Amino acid sequence: MMFFSKLVTYIPSLLKGLGITLELTLLSAIIGFFAAIFLVVGVLYGNRFFKILCNFIITIIRGTPMMVQLFLIYFGLPGINIKLSPLTAAVIAFIINSSAYQAEYLKGGFMAISKEQIEAAYSIGLNKWDAIRLIVFPQAFRFAIPALSNEIVYLIQYTSVAYTIGLPELFYISKNFASKTYMNLEIYLFIGIIYLIFIYIITKLTDIVEKKLYIPGFDTSHLK
Amino acid sequence: MEENLLIIENIEKAFGSQKVLDGVSFKLNKGDVKVIVGPSGTGKSTLLRCINLLNPPDKGRIYLQNTEITQLPHSKIPSIRQKIGMVFQHFALFNHLSAIDNVALGLIKVKKMNKTDAYEKAMFELKRVGLDQHKDKYPAQLSGGQKQRVGIARALAMDPLLILFDEPTSALDPELIGEVLQVMQNLAKEGMTMICVTHEMGFAKSVANEVIFMEKGKIVEQGPPLKLFTEATHPRTREFLSKISELYGESEKK
Amino acid sequence: MSEINSNLFFLFKNMPLLLNATLTAILLTFASIFIGMAIGIIITFLRIYGSKITKKIVFAYEWVLKGTPPLIVIFIFYFGLGKYLNLGPFLSAALALGLRSSAYQAQIYRGAVLSITSEQTEAGLSLGLSRAKTFMIIIIPQALRLSLPGFTNEFTIVLKDTPLAYAVGLVEILKAGRDILNQPLTQSITGSDITGTLNPFAIFLVCALLYFLLFEVFSYLLHFLSKKYEIPGFVTDKETK
Repeated sequence: MMFFSKLVTYIPSLLKGLGITLELTLLSAIIGFFAAIFLVVGVLYGNRFFKILCNFIITIIRGTPMMVQLFLIYFGLPGINIKLSPLTAAVIAFIINSSAYQAEYLKGGFMAISKEQIEAAYSIGLNKWDAIRLIVFPQAFRFAIPALSNEIVYLIQYTSVAYTIGLPELFYISKNFASKTYMNLEIYLFIGIIYLIFIYIITKLTDIVEKKLYIPGFDTSHLK
Repeated sequence: MEENLLIIENIEKAFGSQKVLDGVSFKLNKGDVKVIVGPSGTGKSTLLRCINLLNPPDKGRIYLQNTEITQLPHSKIPSIRQKIGMVFQHFALFNHLSAIDNVALGLIKVKKMNKTDAYEKAMFELKRVGLDQHKDKYPAQLSGGQKQRVGIARALAMDPLLILFDEPTSALDPELIGEVLQVMQNLAKEGMTMICVTHEMGFAKSVANEVIFMEKGKIVEQGPPLKLFTEATHPRTREFLSKISELYGESEKK
Repeated sequence: MSEINSNLFFLFKNMPLLLNATLTAILLTFASIFIGMAIGIIITFLRIYGSKITKKIVFAYEWVLKGTPPLIVIFIFYFGLGKYLNLGPFLSAALALGLRSSAYQAQIYRGAVLSITSEQTEAGLSLGLSRAKTFMIIIIPQALRLSLPGFTNEFTIVLKDTPLAYAVGLVEILKAGRDILNQPLTQSITGSDITGTLNPFAIFLVCALLYFLLFEVFSYLLHFLSKKYEIPGFVTDKETK
């Protein structure tokens, strides 16, 4: 039980790391969500220019690895005189990355809504943006919940990549612990379990949100 | 200009190279009930969608209360649409809203009514179509006939000048058609101005003051229902109406 | 000489390194996908036809591998098991990404298998084939085709995960980029009169571009395969959307 006695001394820094991991995950998920709405509305309802621009952004981001985007922002931007702290760089990289994926999931939801829904909205005098906001979005969002919940699960796992730019999140702290104690197997198994616990909690929470927002006729169980 | 509620002047509409409407004109007075019949793909639905500008016509003019609505800027279109009710073939209820919210949405968001008044009015309209008991149900929990009656209540709530019915019963199981037609008949008797694309000839005979027969984007013949059914001048009209009566007349007798 | 020229010079000089790194990324993707496929097929079989306990164990396996950050799995293989067996960076990464992929591939195959009617199995059994043989000969060939669209997606996900192997020192594209950047300038410019600094933005942009090219090429090829091996009249949901 050498491992646990050593682990105890590391608890404060592990908790701090966990805090950063969760902060990074939530910021990216939430801000990324709003950016995703912008992207998907641009793709589906924008004029030619916005359509092409938003599609381009989504394609490029989904076509390159997360880690490369992170490196480009943290190690690359100083080359054009933009220096960011590891946390800022990570937050920006993860928001950009997540927004593209969330946009793709939302797009699926939007496209599942029939054209008649918009026409019915028009027919009672709603304008285009109100029709999207009040009629299409609430339905599209419900269809996209399982995918969006998956995205949060991805995010919490991939925030560990931020250790490569020196962000002291949970994985970074574990790596520190490993290099000090040489207890590699123990600490990585232990931290793996910690990640799993948080993923379990997130899954349960999104299930609750989904149940709360449940409306007859919006069964998404087949999408899981 | 005389006091017509709606004037359609020579409208044309094409989708790609296919001309769907080819010079359609008619007039509508307040309280008129017009039934449009014709083979499928003749442009009947397109005609309705031109009138409420879901698919604005390529050529021709439409006047609502003597104001031309075909040349309006985009921003003015919603205010026209709220004066023209529309009932859809596949109901098009907002799936994420309960029956009463479907009816109240336009009142709150378009007419900017306060919520209490809006829900009171919505409740009144649901009662009018006999669905006050089901106000909290979601579309997925309603039968087709009930959905269509909510669709009618939603259109009614906006106090439209006229209502367009786009084959309102053709997606319904036969035993559910009656309840929707009943509501439509009541509306007609109350003096609602209506344009109905439908093949329910019983409905046409009992409440329409004019039947329009369309084919290939043109009006072939129009007139009072009895005249059209008994002494149509055009052979195509006779042929079509007798076919329709065969198909739909049977179910009416039962 | 201008900065752009010096960047181009370094890139050109390091072309062999970048190309080797690209090849490594491709090999790692294939190795991981292959490991994932082998295990994924076994898991699919166990999850569908196994006993209750087997099903539960397989479910747990899938859940754990889908939920553990892939970096941790790579580190467990490379550092964690390093004391007992020396796998090296490539094999550690391939095993880690492969195991993770096996869980996702199993999900894809299961969806495909379950969409194949039980009549197909019965027909196989009626010919006297064993359950395992029926699965291999009748179900898998159909399921593989049906799962091509999902597989395409999974392939690109694994491709995009390969830079994680950077963390254990594998010279894939990203590591190559950093290595180029870390080269002592004097050494890089021996025998030439080029001076100046490397622009990290340019280097990582090239890395991103290489990944993007790989992504597009493999997406295109796999989509092409999906279309080619589509069973006529047998369209999966994913394709219609």
